[in-house]
Amino acid sequence: MGTQRPSLAKQRMHSTRIAATVFLLPALIILFVFIAYPIVDSFRISLLEWNGISADQSYIGLENWKSLATDLAFWHAFRNNLLVMALSLLIQLPIAMALATFLDIGGKKLNFFKVVYFLPLLMSSVAVGFLFKYALSPNTGIITAISKAFGGQAVDLLGNPKYAIYAVIGVICWQYIPFYMVYFLAAYSGLSYEIYEASIIDGATRSQYFWRIALPCMKGAIQSAAILSMVGSLKYFDLIHVMTGGGPGNATELMATYMYKNAFVTFKMGYGSTVASGMFILITSISFIVMKLLRGKEE
Amino acid sequence: MTSNTKKVIVWTIIFILALFWLVVAGVPFLFMVLTSFKEQFEVLSSGVFALPKGLYINNFVEVITGNFPNYFLNSVIVVGISLISLLFISACASYPLARFKFKLNRPIFGLIVAAMAVPIHVTLIPVFIMTKNVGIYDTIWALIGPYIAFNLPISTFILTTFMAEIPNELEEAAEIDGCGKFRTFFNVIVPLSKPGLATLAIYNSVNMWNEFSFALVLTQSMQNRTLPLAIWEYQGQYAMNVPMIMTVLTLSVLPMIIAFIIGQDKLIKGMIAGAVKG
Repeated sequence: MGTQRPSLAKQRMHSTRIAATVFLLPALIILFVFIAYPIVDSFRISLLEWNGISADQSYIGLENWKSLATDLAFWHAFRNNLLVMALSLLIQLPIAMALATFLDIGGKKLNFFKVVYFLPLLMSSVAVGFLFKYALSPNTGIITAISKAFGGQAVDLLGNPKYAIYAVIGVICWQYIPFYMVYFLAAYSGLSYEIYEASIIDGATRSQYFWRIALPCMKGAIQSAAILSMVGSLKYFDLIHVMTGGGPGNATELMATYMYKNAFVTFKMGYGSTVASGMFILITSISFIVMKLLRGKEE
Repeated sequence: MTSNTKKVIVWTIIFILALFWLVVAGVPFLFMVLTSFKEQFEVLSSGVFALPKGLYINNFVEVITGNFPNYFLNSVIVVGISLISLLFISACASYPLARFKFKLNRPIFGLIVAAMAVPIHVTLIPVFIMTKNVGIYDTIWALIGPYIAFNLPISTFILTTFMAEIPNELEEAAEIDGCGKFRTFFNVIVPLSKPGLATLAIYNSVNMWNEFSFALVLTQSMQNRTLPLAIWEYQGQYAMNVPMIMTVLTLSVLPMIIAFIIGQDKLIKGMIAGAVKG
């Protein structure tokens, strides 16, 4: 018996491991540097009082977290996020489903409709924000123009603390409805034509087909859309930053805009990081709950 | 009422609603494009929906001869470099995740899926500080790392599912012909993944082209900013000149519309694939 040589299988396993490491290393390094480390670092900075520029950092323990817990402005922003979340869900998904159903029934004939319906999705949030900032302005805006055509007054939706948040939610819906429309259209194309034919032969009407067959078949897609819409609502930043900057007052403030103001306008990096970390905890736990509620049952 | 007249009524209502939404979706666009052809005070004097008096293209001339090309070029450089690196790195990572059998395969894949859920604003402050410490703050290079990192999880996820469907026989044949893992990757797997890579290319370039938060925080001076921030600067300069701002908006949406026309199916596919996370 000679010296034990590693078996061929073992050699293979070894070379597989080396190859896997080489292939995965760049991705893992990038994820570590730009995602994992910053999350941890954010919690570390949340324990400091620091303007982000000077070397003068002082460790103040959980002081920032205590302030956050009683910071009415932050909880107001969180409440706004929840309002955006609820209304987005209630407005976006039904309209998107109605549009998708319309386009699905019409097919190729309605291509013009489809393209126009899709347009808002091509604009960046920043562009949408600017467009509506002017389209809703009391001087040059669309709404004012319509109101004046009927003999009304100039309308300043974004300047009114009572209505500004609803105007912003309206714009958010305008931007994202096409996305869910396309999403539901794809779900429609996944339904088999035989089922439709069979149900019509059995005497079902269009609306019966929709409520009893199509909708239940698309349950998975609707759940995913709901998760996306809800989780996305907690992260909005660009559009609000551009359109209202959180104002008037703090009427349209969201968690992300509040964090931005603290960290990069008033340069309270420590407290800004506390807001960011708080956001992380809230978003992660709400996402987790939402997913468990909507997805958990299937498994 | 016979069922036929009822049907006609229902369809009329549906059609009116459909037309209504056509107006809702289209009118802001019309407003944007029409206004961009107007003179500064024309909006106030002749009403919002009046057609422009003439084909006034001075706004476009002024924007294009101004700083706009610089912003545009910055965006092209950032998106170009980030996109190529992203596709390469995510293809590399997807290959072992999709096709190797080793112990850490599932945990690493789970980690990458989890990274998709991280909200970018949580990392904004630490990345800002990191960028300052490394000395690339206020350069376009500062954007490349975050742009790769935040599109990497979803891209790897999509590519892994794509590569998992490539038939085993092709890989085995390559191996029997003496290809190592690396040659198999470049000569067999990458060429076969082209459709997936193309979808990702379009989807990610739209994302990166429109990215705002990192560009806002990691750059400061006008000559180092990307297109989404160009609009911002124009607002300061032409605060009351609405037609000029609408011109900048129209010009910045144009590349997206072209991308839509070229790759409508791929763009939509990418968006949907991007949506079905986890």
